[in-house]
Amino acid sequence: MLSEQVQAKIEHELKKYPADQKQSAVMAALRFVQDEKGWISSDDMADVAIYLGMPKMAVYEVATFYHMYKLQPMGQHTLTVCTNLSCQLMGSNETLDYIKSKLGIGLNEVTADGKFGLREAECMGACIDAPLMTVNNRRLCARLTPEKIDRILTKLSAGGELASGEENVR
Amino acid sequence: MSGPVIFNTLQFDQPWTLENYLKVGGYQALRKILAEKTPPEAIIAEVKTSALRGRGGAGFPTGLKWSFMPRNYQGDKYIVCNTDEGEPGTCKDWYILRFNPHALIEGMAIAAYTMSVKTGYNYVHGEIFEAYERMEAACEEARAAGYLGKGILGSDFEFDLHNHLGYGAYVCGEETALLESIEGKKGQPRFKPPFPASFGLYGKPTTINNTETFASIPYIIRESGQKFLELGKPNSGGTKLFSVSGHVNNPGNFELPMGTPFAKLLELAGGVRHGHKLKAVIPGGSSMPVLPGEIMMETDMDYDSIQKAGSYLGSGAVIVMDDTVCMVKALERLSYFYFEESCGQCTPCREGTGWLYRIVHRIEQGEGRPEDLDLLLSLCDNIAGRTICALGDAAAWPVQGMLKHYRHEFEYHIEHKRCLV
Repeated sequence: MLSEQVQAKIEHELKKYPADQKQSAVMAALRFVQDEKGWISSDDMADVAIYLGMPKMAVYEVATFYHMYKLQPMGQHTLTVCTNLSCQLMGSNETLDYIKSKLGIGLNEVTADGKFGLREAECMGACIDAPLMTVNNRRLCARLTPEKIDRILTKLSAGGELASGEENVR
Repeated sequence: MSGPVIFNTLQFDQPWTLENYLKVGGYQALRKILAEKTPPEAIIAEVKTSALRGRGGAGFPTGLKWSFMPRNYQGDKYIVCNTDEGEPGTCKDWYILRFNPHALIEGMAIAAYTMSVKTGYNYVHGEIFEAYERMEAACEEARAAGYLGKGILGSDFEFDLHNHLGYGAYVCGEETALLESIEGKKGQPRFKPPFPASFGLYGKPTTINNTETFASIPYIIRESGQKFLELGKPNSGGTKLFSVSGHVNNPGNFELPMGTPFAKLLELAGGVRHGHKLKAVIPGGSSMPVLPGEIMMETDMDYDSIQKAGSYLGSGAVIVMDDTVCMVKALERLSYFYFEESCGQCTPCREGTGWLYRIVHRIEQGEGRPEDLDLLLSLCDNIAGRTICALGDAAAWPVQGMLKHYRHEFEYHIEHKRCLV
């Protein structure tokens, strides 16, 4: 069952689309589930399918096509690092290595305490502020340096959250 | 850095608010056409005069595109804004959503009036969630103030705009893949024809424009198409947003007249980083062929000049590389990107992008073979132009550009199993 909160968010999203095009809300619905649970299971996909009146396979196709959906647990905080060309030129390989050594995990792995997971991304569309990463797909952290990464990890480890734009630059 | 057309609110502490947009003439253009009941033909003529060309990369004349929408069609029609910016190097539309969302809203409202459309969608790149939230808030603000919704500014014109968040798929920047994605499907491009103007979103007539294109419209209607044209040069009207990333001291987004010399743009971006020399530039997003620095230093930033130099203006995303860059390594990363992002629908792209990547990867690893370079070029010939969408071309062009100008680096890598630089 989808939680009441997720259902309310889907209802809000459905208002954007024609009444006979409920499937248009599937990307948002999967995002809401992921934001709530941390990842999307096969059962979650079935729930979304029932809610929107779609074949489960059609939901599965969407969940597996778009990279930002997580189909396995990826930690309480998922860090996603861009390594594409503009970021690479600005040292994203070193950024990624630094995070790996700080957390003691590799790509697509989760720390033993379940706090952090690490992923790699293609272009995030903010290349002038490279190197970049996102936290939980919601917070863009720009012009990363070891000091900045330390600050972010310390804050998240202590149970804090990043505010909107907190680690962005103007 | 401020600019006359789009970055005209940047001097304010909170450039994105309705209040500040109104201070720079915001919504005057919409108010004027609604009060004067300007005929749609006159608006299209004004946009044609401006020589505004699509800012997403293809450079198609905007006025002409708008004229393709069937006038007398009974039933729903749509306009769609493409803010799915995922072409490496490109991040200008991200700034529009963050710093001047109302220019986009007004531009789309004018487009909707012109094409008799009641509903618009703005498809936003998944990773810039904070910009999506700001755009959602700006739409709420516009709705509350009567710039969106029913009876806009006391007229009988009705238009509403909704934002749709993507979730990590470069191919959705292709307009028909984007439509599939709004429909709640995998983002796989559609075969054309039929073109979106006759069969678009939900099978209805649809016009899709880039964010910067829509955001340029208020200026054209408020100030005139001629004035916009004169900001730039013939056949490349207006200003353009340039995203300068890579090895410069001051990377950023710059609004500059079309035809600005690259040397000037580089200077504004602080020059090549401390003490290094300019080696190469990708002038219009990662898909466009790379050009050597010395050619770029003699080239102006507009459609025709860059084409003459052997590449394309594309999205206006300029990736600067200094003399420390190994071109094999740079191409390896780009080829991996296209391999990763191919939607898998067309065999030449699905198989070819992986093949390109594996060859460049083995050259980078010191396992390249002398015949590999000709094989790469032959693969490019068998991908480009043989797929439903342009992702195949986008994968081939960087390979062709690199081998045209830097073949010796690849040969060196194959022979010596290490970088030339």
